[in-house]
Amino acid sequence: MSSTDKNQTVSSEAAPEAKDSPASKSSGWAVFMFFMIGFVGSLLAGWILFPDLLYSKKEQPIDFNHAVHLSVVYDGCNSCHYFREDGTFAGMPDLNSCVDCHMDVMTGDPEEVKFVEEYVQPGIEVPWLNHSKQPDCVFFSHAAHVIGADMSCESCHGNIGTSEHTRTYEENRLTGYSRDIWGHSISRLGSPEPGEPRPMKMNDCAKCHLEETGHKGACFQCHK
Amino acid sequence: MKEQNSHTNAKRYGMVIDLDKCTGCGACMVACYSENNVPFKTDETNKLDSINWIRVYKLTNNKPYPDTEICYLPMPCMQCDGIGKHGHSPCVSVCPAVATDYDYDTGIVSQIYTRCFGCRYCMAACPYHARKFNWWDPKWPADTEKYLSPNVSPRMRGVVEKCSFCFHRYQLAREKAYLEKRQKLEEQEYQTACTQACPVGAITFGDLNNKDHAVYKLKNDPRAFRLLERLQTNPKVYYLTSKNWVRRAGDNYLAHEEPGNITKVKEHH
Repeated sequence: MSSTDKNQTVSSEAAPEAKDSPASKSSGWAVFMFFMIGFVGSLLAGWILFPDLLYSKKEQPIDFNHAVHLSVVYDGCNSCHYFREDGTFAGMPDLNSCVDCHMDVMTGDPEEVKFVEEYVQPGIEVPWLNHSKQPDCVFFSHAAHVIGADMSCESCHGNIGTSEHTRTYEENRLTGYSRDIWGHSISRLGSPEPGEPRPMKMNDCAKCHLEETGHKGACFQCHK
Repeated sequence: MKEQNSHTNAKRYGMVIDLDKCTGCGACMVACYSENNVPFKTDETNKLDSINWIRVYKLTNNKPYPDTEICYLPMPCMQCDGIGKHGHSPCVSVCPAVATDYDYDTGIVSQIYTRCFGCRYCMAACPYHARKFNWWDPKWPADTEKYLSPNVSPRMRGVVEKCSFCFHRYQLAREKAYLEKRQKLEEQEYQTACTQACPVGAITFGDLNNKDHAVYKLKNDPRAFRLLERLQTNPKVYYLTSKNWVRRAGDNYLAHEEPGNITKVKEHH
């Protein structure tokens, strides 16, 4: 305070008529505006540019059409993403499951031609990018959710069955996990639209468990 | 808060180890190493450094020949129920990171490696030395890393680990039960690796609350005792022995005290 007073004294000595002049008022506004532009600018950079910087984008090796496949299989999602006899979940189908139908090119679709030529004929597994891949320390039981709790695939994975193209896989450059795990909203406010995949962080599991079962469960329920 | 954690019939998985049968072969330790991705070093001579979830101790009655007797005592985590069986296990109650908790559905004490920050309070609190600290990152010889079990996450330097009663096997058994729309697990569906590896069948594993399981009866055998019972940690690992000196080695008895005939200490709350 005292230094401001001193400055004012000095300035009033130098130019007594400058006190409360329109010029000094407008310079206060300029500082405020300058601060606000910087502040809003950094917010925008944080919300819009940062996610782009944080996530690298990759495309799936084959542009897979879920809708087409779902219209020709008999058992819905279960036809390819099935439970093994021991209760574990197969997840992404391996090449053998695909080869049952795709021994040769059936439709002439360029993506299918690419699939048959690059993967089926040499016998190489497709390196699919898994949007829902969890860390090593996580145990997730599909059986407990799909059979035990009678949940649909869509309730966590979204309407992936009706998609005609694969989504861009966004990988967190720092953690190496898919953006789906954090959720597409950087702020993690609100809940995803119906049909959108749900975020899959530990808090998201715990939140749902608390709502559905009344408790978050013991550590070993989801950890290994 | 934690106790609301039970929507099914609570189980108390426990183990009964027959010391009269144990030959000290160490098959349980080997099975445990390979089942649970337990790290090991080229030189394991310093046993203070060794990490093992079950360790076979050698006891002797300290008598000269021809009265010398030897007993081998395999020690996994005792999965303590704590005083009043409320899950107040010594390790759980001291952990500042909630990296270990007591599962009220199974009675099994967990250890979450990614949550642990390595303060080792739990190791100090555990009266059974069941917990081990990772002083180094595991080094797997040659291509051993490819043979690690995907069902147990490997540990890193700076965290504590311990026996989990092969909880992943419980999880896998439950997945199968879900698929077959069953609620109940059969006794043989969930067995620990050490139990199945024991060539003489010295280890019995099952639900201590379930009358149909072998452990239910065995725990009330007159030969049964638990280690350091007077601490009231309520271990879920029982031992069977017909030798009094072995039983005496299971706790700190005064000269005039006899095992099984000790004055009860004050109940705490």
